[in-house]
Amino acid sequence: MIRAFGYNEFLFLLSAVQWTLLLSVIAFIGGGIVGLFVALARTSDVKPLRLLATGYIQVFQGTPLLMQLFLVFFGATVLGIDMSPWVAAAVGLTLNTSAFLGEIWRGCIQSVPRGQWEAASSLGLRYPGLMRYVILPQAVKVAVPPTVGYLVQVIKGTSLAAIIGFVELTRAGQIVNNATFQPFLVFGIVAAIYFALCWPLSLLSQRLEARYAAPSR
Amino acid sequence: MAVASEPTRDGIAPAMSADVVIRMEGVQKWYDHFQVLKDIDLEVHRGERIVICGPSGSGKSTLIRCINQLERHQKGRITVNGVELGPHHRQLDMVRREVGMVFQSFNLFPHLTVLENCMLAPMKVRGTTRAEAKATAIRYLERVRIPEQADKYPGQLSGGQQQRVAIARSLCMNPKVMLFDEPTSALDPEMVKEVLDTMIGLAEDGMTMLCVTHEMGFAKSVAHRVIFMDRGEIVEQNTPEEFFTAPKSERTRSFLGQILAH
Repeated sequence: MIRAFGYNEFLFLLSAVQWTLLLSVIAFIGGGIVGLFVALARTSDVKPLRLLATGYIQVFQGTPLLMQLFLVFFGATVLGIDMSPWVAAAVGLTLNTSAFLGEIWRGCIQSVPRGQWEAASSLGLRYPGLMRYVILPQAVKVAVPPTVGYLVQVIKGTSLAAIIGFVELTRAGQIVNNATFQPFLVFGIVAAIYFALCWPLSLLSQRLEARYAAPSR
Repeated sequence: MAVASEPTRDGIAPAMSADVVIRMEGVQKWYDHFQVLKDIDLEVHRGERIVICGPSGSGKSTLIRCINQLERHQKGRITVNGVELGPHHRQLDMVRREVGMVFQSFNLFPHLTVLENCMLAPMKVRGTTRAEAKATAIRYLERVRIPEQADKYPGQLSGGQQQRVAIARSLCMNPKVMLFDEPTSALDPEMVKEVLDTMIGLAEDGMTMLCVTHEMGFAKSVAHRVIFMDRGEIVEQNTPEEFFTAPKSERTRSFLGQILAH
């Protein structure tokens, strides 16, 4: 039975937005926490740590996000873990985000002049204090615009979770389309909703970039 | 200058003292195949003021940067305040707490105010209270004559002011030795004097100082000993009087000829 696309269908799509947002937030926070350690390992003096982080980044940047989600989802089953699509999507997106944020933040950490590290170490600050009080506060300023910009990628990336059966915005679109058979209209609306989520973030990222690029206080 | 009449300047008191603060023995360092330090032997006594000069690339900055291990030496021994620098962090931490360093490019922390720059290390490294760190910071900012800039950010200060803050920041750790790595080389000429005056003030208070500098006037009036380095070696060292009036080595003479030509 084919239904017409009406108000209820639109509401169903809108209610799926919360799952897209929730998944994005989890991937962003989880990816941010793991990504910080990836960035620290990438800039570490300890060579094995550096190599490990480089390998991690290359694996996640060099394979499609969809394959990563498949591997987490089906890999868990192989290992005998019963993983819901929800958890699989959250884990997969977190890992993927951590690799990209880690690489973005590596650049930000390395953009802090060498003299800052030297001055802090010569004052007796050891690595944790040096990072926390001197390097990271300066790196954060550089990191904010590209990080907000990357959040757009995370939101769009969550659409792939539809393929492992997690009902977020894209999957909701598929469900509605299966009932109404109006693909152009349905996916047009889905795309418009994504755009409404991402565009303000892109604008914010640009504004932040302009602000931080301005001459210092 | 008051320093010139100081009794210890004839080189007897500190030089004869057994109170060695820094001892370098057979220190060698390479960058890949290029040897930057060749068999450096050096003793610095408490209260002694040494100026190190030499052409660029002669290893003078590397030498003082080895003392707090911003550069690692590969051979030889460096002992600071009785602690031998080795592969362990403990020794390095002990040494860095006692050795202050002032850089050519100031290296103030741009995201912190002048006051916070001075308070950070005492609080986080020495564990002093905020109130105590603040009192110390203000005392040293008065000492370098910029207490009124305490709440500004480094970017709002002139180069000379920034370098004086950098000196105050080091002093807040109450170091036993101060290292200066070309502290006036990045300054506009009109600001050189205010920084040198601050350094002379430190010298008058008996601070042990190692300065890499081309300010020969400063060397003449303040140093107990001038060291000339070339190609990774200490070529010559002497009191400033002897060094400037009767240099022994040909390399020293040609260097002095170049920098004192104008």
